[in-house]
Amino acid sequence: MEVLKIATAGSVDDGKSTLIGRLLYDTKSLTDDKLEAIKTSSEKKGYDYLDFSLATDGLVAEREQGITIDVAHIYFSTLRRSYIIADTPGHIEYTRNMVTGASTSQVALILIDARKGVIEQTYRHFFINNLLRVKNVIVVVNKMDLVDYAEEVFDDIKANFEGLNTNSTYKEQNVSYVPISALNGDNVASKSENMLWYEGNTILEYLENIDASRTNDKESVRFPIQSVIRPKTTDFHDFRGFAGKIYGGSLQVGYKVTVLPSLTKSRIKEIYFYNKTFDSADSGSSVTITLEDEVNITRGDMLVKTDEEPKVDKLLNATVCWMDNKQLLPGTKYIVQHNSNAVLSKVSAIKNIVSTDFSGSKASEGKLSLNEIGEVEIKLSKPIFYDSFIDNRSNGSFILIDEQTNATAGVGFIS
Amino acid sequence: MDNLLQEIEKSEVKKQENFLEVNALESEAIYIFREVAAQFEKPVLLFSGGKDSITLVRLAQKAFWPAKIPFPLMHIDTGHNFPETIAFRDKLVQELGAELIIRNVQDSIDQGKVIEETGKYASRNMLQTTTLLDAIEEFKFDACIGGARRDEEKARAKERIFSVRDDFGQWDEKNQRPELFDLLNGKIELGQNVRVFPISNWTELDVWSYIEKEEIEIPSIYFAHQRNIFVRDGLIWSAEDNVVFRAEDEQVEERTVRFRTVGDMSCTAAVESYADTITKVVSEIRDSKISERGARIDDKRSEAAMEKRKQQGYF
Repeated sequence: MEVLKIATAGSVDDGKSTLIGRLLYDTKSLTDDKLEAIKTSSEKKGYDYLDFSLATDGLVAEREQGITIDVAHIYFSTLRRSYIIADTPGHIEYTRNMVTGASTSQVALILIDARKGVIEQTYRHFFINNLLRVKNVIVVVNKMDLVDYAEEVFDDIKANFEGLNTNSTYKEQNVSYVPISALNGDNVASKSENMLWYEGNTILEYLENIDASRTNDKESVRFPIQSVIRPKTTDFHDFRGFAGKIYGGSLQVGYKVTVLPSLTKSRIKEIYFYNKTFDSADSGSSVTITLEDEVNITRGDMLVKTDEEPKVDKLLNATVCWMDNKQLLPGTKYIVQHNSNAVLSKVSAIKNIVSTDFSGSKASEGKLSLNEIGEVEIKLSKPIFYDSFIDNRSNGSFILIDEQTNATAGVGFIS
Repeated sequence: MDNLLQEIEKSEVKKQENFLEVNALESEAIYIFREVAAQFEKPVLLFSGGKDSITLVRLAQKAFWPAKIPFPLMHIDTGHNFPETIAFRDKLVQELGAELIIRNVQDSIDQGKVIEETGKYASRNMLQTTTLLDAIEEFKFDACIGGARRDEEKARAKERIFSVRDDFGQWDEKNQRPELFDLLNGKIELGQNVRVFPISNWTELDVWSYIEKEEIEIPSIYFAHQRNIFVRDGLIWSAEDNVVFRAEDEQVEERTVRFRTVGDMSCTAAVESYADTITKVVSEIRDSKISERGARIDDKRSEAAMEKRKQQGYF
């Protein structure tokens, strides 16, 4: 079954939860008992419509305040595939949640209230999806019912957003625009009768047509080793398999590979998935690989195709989004977790704070606070083998773990 | 020359047909299992005998094959399990050659640590939390792998894949670690433990389809069978033993039913069904109009029932 992951971000009342509820309803993913709960709750609140936002706001605090404060995961499916929505709040104080949601997604839905147009938060949502290289962005202009379904309103917003898009450094990103009313279901799963001037796809049509497989065709294949499988049983006495998940490309039996950091060369002998062997396997598969030669490999090492070797260095320049209440200060030690490798590190410089509205960056005051994005330099206690984030999403990203609290304090995108 | 070699290698690809299709959810779960084995000293797989934990066992086998699953299975036995589930559990463990740890809620009751609920809706479901936390402490488990899924319930929708619990087993939902890309941070302090959910992103239908595709054996009560039941509040309860409280005016009748979820007899209702094969079950789920936990009385206690139980250390 194919899976497509979607990130949504929005302001308190631009109708994001209503849109998600509507998607669930229109794809018949809301069961009778859940629908009944929504009806009861809507009636209790005195609404004369169904409040679909109640389908998604999970925690008690959220229901009380009527807002979304974390990343919630919502599931629906069509005959074509399964969808997973990572739903996050859009305030500046939730930048870290938006970054988290975007990190695993292939599509972003950016909601705009038709009455308000492009606002500060729109900039931020787009900036984050740009920074994280989310391949597809659907700009959803919601609440068209409240502006009389007027084409000019949609065109103005689209033109504004396109202006924003000229600042993008990610030209391969696919950006589409859809005018909708989530409340009434216009252009969500079915074409709107109220906006005959709109000839584009509905949101669901866009989603169904997105290619879920590869985000970047130019990526090199990377195989970080999670563990070495040595059963030592009679049947598999000499078996030494290297277990991991393939990223960025495909691997095949016979490929010439280089092991990092030892730079030893060998060839792929077998690719196992459970008890079957395959000639080749693609990005996204968790397999076990054996090599032609006896090579010393441990967790944290990486197999790559010979001639597609990554950079190896003890000094990293990266854009970091800070996620901890405790500020990042120069000289502090953190564990860099990069693939299956955990390396002690020291942040040697915090150079710039990057603005999330495309207005560029300014010199930092030597610190990075919660939800801020900055350009930093990190010294590692031993080299890691990496690519720039632009070239390779998985091998160009890492998290910073606070040694004292064990918190995931930040995420980095290597320059 | 190297380029030429690569070209030759590439041209060979097309002839090879034995290509592994990506199954994103399955590979994600296998990846998570391998991270658990590498990042923790003493993991355990919490096994209930239900379809989700049976699926977990299959995924764990795949993650480590040809080696054995490198951690034990543990069953917190409420004493109110369906006999079919227990028989199935013992058979599976024997086939796997795995280590099974059993801890009984009855012992916690006998020791006076928990008090049995009484009345019409009495259930041991809440009580098993104490037994579980005691067992974690007894064996010093630092990672407990469970089959919970985010689609089951809205509080679970916010659960992480690696979910840190404090010394008291409590879930602090407002202070969870962000999980980015595939990077899982399993660093904890002494006394803490992590609950791990490898099938977080699976839906009920995903699990059933997988069971069908993989031809995984599951307990017979998941399939349609004749059973003595009684109806209360529109839900169908088993009347074949003394576990579920039944008032005298609640009439017993025989119907063809199956169970969609298998927890305690006292909190698991049956559904009327003629689906007696896995294929029929999958198509029934596909067309189903009632969510899975709609048949779980423990969630009906209040809108925030699950969130409250999780804060207290429930699975």
